[in-house]
Amino acid sequence: MADLDLPARQGFTPDAPSAALPGEIPLTLTINGERRELHVRPWTTLLDLLREDLHLYGTKKGCDHGQCGACTVLVDGQRINSCLALAVSKDGCEVTTVEGLAAPDGALHPMQEAFIEHDAFQCGYCTPGQICSAVGLVQEGHARTPDEIREQMSGNICRCGAYTNIVDAIEDVLAKETAK
Amino acid sequence: MHETHFGSPRNRVDGRLKVTGAAPYAGEFTAPDLAHGYVVSGAIAKGRIKSIDTKAALAVPGVVQVFTHENRPRTAFRSNAYQDEVAPPGKPFRALYDERIVYSGQPVALVVAEDFEIARYAASLVQVTYEAEPHETDLEKVRGKAYVPPVKRQGISPPPKPRGDSEAAFGNSPVKMEAGYRIAIEHHNPMEPHATTVVWEGDERITVHDKIQGAQNSQSYITSVFGLPNSDVRVISPFVGGAFGSGLRPQYQLFLAVMAALELKRSVRVVLTRDQMFTMGYRPDGLQEVALGANQDASLQSIRHDLIANTSTFEDYQEATVNWSAMLYHCDNVTTTHKLATTDLYTPADMRAPGAPTGLFAMESAMDELAYKLGVDPVALRLRNYADIDESTNKYHTSKELRAAYQLGAERFGWSKRNPKPRSMKEGRELIGWGMATGAWEAQMAQTSARATLTADGRLEVATASADIGTGTYTILTQIAADALGLPMERVTTKLGDSSLPKSPVEGGSWTAASAGSAVELACHKVWETLFKYARGMDGSPLANADIDRVTFHDERIALVSDPSRYVTLNDALKAGGVEKIEAEETAAPSKLTQMRYNSFTHSAIFAEVRVDEELGQVRVTRIVDAVAAGRIINPKTARSQIIGGVVFGIGMAMHEESMADHNLGRFMNHNLAEYHVPANADIHGIEVIFVEEHDTLTSPLGVKGLGEIGIVGTAAAIANAVFHATGKRIRELPITIDKVIGTPEAV
Ligand code: FES
Ligand code: FES
Repeated sequence: MADLDLPARQGFTPDAPSAALPGEIPLTLTINGERRELHVRPWTTLLDLLREDLHLYGTKKGCDHGQCGACTVLVDGQRINSCLALAVSKDGCEVTTVEGLAAPDGALHPMQEAFIEHDAFQCGYCTPGQICSAVGLVQEGHARTPDEIREQMSGNICRCGAYTNIVDAIEDVLAKETAK
Repeated sequence: MHETHFGSPRNRVDGRLKVTGAAPYAGEFTAPDLAHGYVVSGAIAKGRIKSIDTKAALAVPGVVQVFTHENRPRTAFRSNAYQDEVAPPGKPFRALYDERIVYSGQPVALVVAEDFEIARYAASLVQVTYEAEPHETDLEKVRGKAYVPPVKRQGISPPPKPRGDSEAAFGNSPVKMEAGYRIAIEHHNPMEPHATTVVWEGDERITVHDKIQGAQNSQSYITSVFGLPNSDVRVISPFVGGAFGSGLRPQYQLFLAVMAALELKRSVRVVLTRDQMFTMGYRPDGLQEVALGANQDASLQSIRHDLIANTSTFEDYQEATVNWSAMLYHCDNVTTTHKLATTDLYTPADMRAPGAPTGLFAMESAMDELAYKLGVDPVALRLRNYADIDESTNKYHTSKELRAAYQLGAERFGWSKRNPKPRSMKEGRELIGWGMATGAWEAQMAQTSARATLTADGRLEVATASADIGTGTYTILTQIAADALGLPMERVTTKLGDSSLPKSPVEGGSWTAASAGSAVELACHKVWETLFKYARGMDGSPLANADIDRVTFHDERIALVSDPSRYVTLNDALKAGGVEKIEAEETAAPSKLTQMRYNSFTHSAIFAEVRVDEELGQVRVTRIVDAVAAGRIINPKTARSQIIGGVVFGIGMAMHEESMADHNLGRFMNHNLAEYHVPANADIHGIEVIFVEEHDTLTSPLGVKGLGEIGIVGTAAAIANAVFHATGKRIRELPITIDKVIGTPEAV
């Protein structure tokens, strides 16, 4: 019988366990068009700020490690994994989450409409990330073919396997965009 | 009533909530007094906790409590109190019960703090020392100790009794095929990690939001473990972010969250990390052997299918794996066996079509190998040995349009253009392969109750405690209810995922559409009958002599079909009945008589195209045609999505998914979504779904058979068979990774 002295979780033993918590830092963000003056600790990710502090639970946490895309939001128009961004690093930025895509009168964003029409989701948990990612993809303007859409949407995992319908929905929106 | 919605494609009724981020999942309910729990996972596979030091963690400002086996509150003493609705035989795992460690990653402490980051940080400060004991997580090493499980799992058919003499028949068969097969352990990995939010309502009453496929299963687990009355525990889980079976049994975060909330008398949420999603159930490892004997005329003479699957040291997990080989084909000599061997891993769990894709990967690969030995087309071999009845139980099928599925699938795929010779098709640098397989899954109905309520504003609510885990249950029940009363779908609200609603079993096994659907229809019909009775019995009713089949309900009027000017308004009918609303609760149950004489299955024929770059060892699944015979289809749109989702799961099984254990440490190494590969968008190409017309009056009153699982079954076999056709390499262990494509020699 070996005696093992292992830390509770492998790979992380803090040098000097300390009871002192990091202090809060002031931060200004425009979230879904609304300017917010906030105070957050430096260890808080943009994702946790949105979900736990602001109760914007539309943005999902699937892995917290940048591996699934469920937390995708638009920061200054660009899609990012909000679990990989510390909130304090986004001072002054504009953040759009899934809650901010529809018009104030409730009219859905064309991407949201297309997702419903093409049944591009099942459980819905990856969906806010997929939709924000798809909106970002359209804005980037690099994807034209289904193959390119597939490739550029591969940062967003859908365990329900709605991929073919997601591609159809995005193609639909792209076609309407180019027709404009 | 007339069917307006049943059978027609309809958008999901919960679509708007889901695309706007407004659908709340278990870890997204909140309360003013919410505290956050973070689980500390154990580091060894077997042994005991020697010491656990929580001082540093407790010293962090904002930490409320650290729970370990040393200070956990008292819970039920007897282990069967922890047994849930779908538990396999054995003693369920009990978190923080004592110092014993029975698998790696087992929760050893729960840190509760005012906010999430503080809980996470403090969890890293909990110091645990262990006394390790030798463990074994490698199934190969324990196969010699395999045993037939002494207690059968409820609801799971054990392998059928042998028929004929498979050994002698195999010996006498001129054409023989024998091989071993294996699939990797897979973890469900729904996108939403398991989570529970317990809202403390005061007075020992709690509302629990749990990631669960049956709110009543969590409720009865909580009441039995914590000794609470039903009335003090309500479980509300309206949305489940995927589960695929991982949400059938209450997982340990439910126990921990409820324990903490009751002890601290405040609301507590516990969300597992993605790593921790690998510390619960999984599709088991299995060593499979298949032996087939046939005559030169391609008739099967003998089938043998043996399985040794792993289970935990504390529960005998069983699923129907080899049974499919005994029922799918006509053959007089069949033996199937299913044994277990214990490993120091957690208990396996039902995962999408538990058993069927595992067993049929082996059987349908073996059939393909046999077809090559016989020099016959793989589809022809299956038709040659088509079974008209279920020979394993000597029962009729309630319906079986598998023949049509083969035919329609083959036609759509262009199977007749296939040159059977391996390595005969090439484009650019890629070899092309076409393969096929058969799929089957049980079509069941389970006793379910539902309530329907019609109010004076002409709105109908239907409710049952079942769940919609992405399957489309909200939508199809709304369709059924709308049709039953002739209402537009917008007038109908469906409620699910609440333990206070009429009784329903867990959502699983593909039985929900048939079961909840039938219950909803019965309840709505009852409401309609009552409404009509009131309308007809009203003083001077214009419908006094009318027959219920001759009236309709439209624009809040009950009117004669032949003369719509003769009507009673909904309000008048309710007044005549002296009520404000009409409510009915009904229970739908399968017919025992039918079950005695018939078996019911869904079937499918799957055709796959792969393209293989041999130099890179890379396989792309470029085309799938899945022809499914599953009775009546309620909503072709969501039904198609169900099948596509199952096929994607099957592609994952064939190509990507593998939980790799380090047997030295006794734990899974790739416990994250970067190293545990699931199909990504770029891995998925064309998937075509065909619903074969199938008339079934026996499985359920609706003619519905269920669709949640059939899409995955057979898919991996079809792909592996296509890889053989492309490369001449027979890969009998899933997933088909680059090393296997490069390292497997061509079969001679
Ligand atoms: S939660 Fe951010 S990528 Fe998964
Ligand atoms: S819809 Fe469930 S994970 Fe994508």
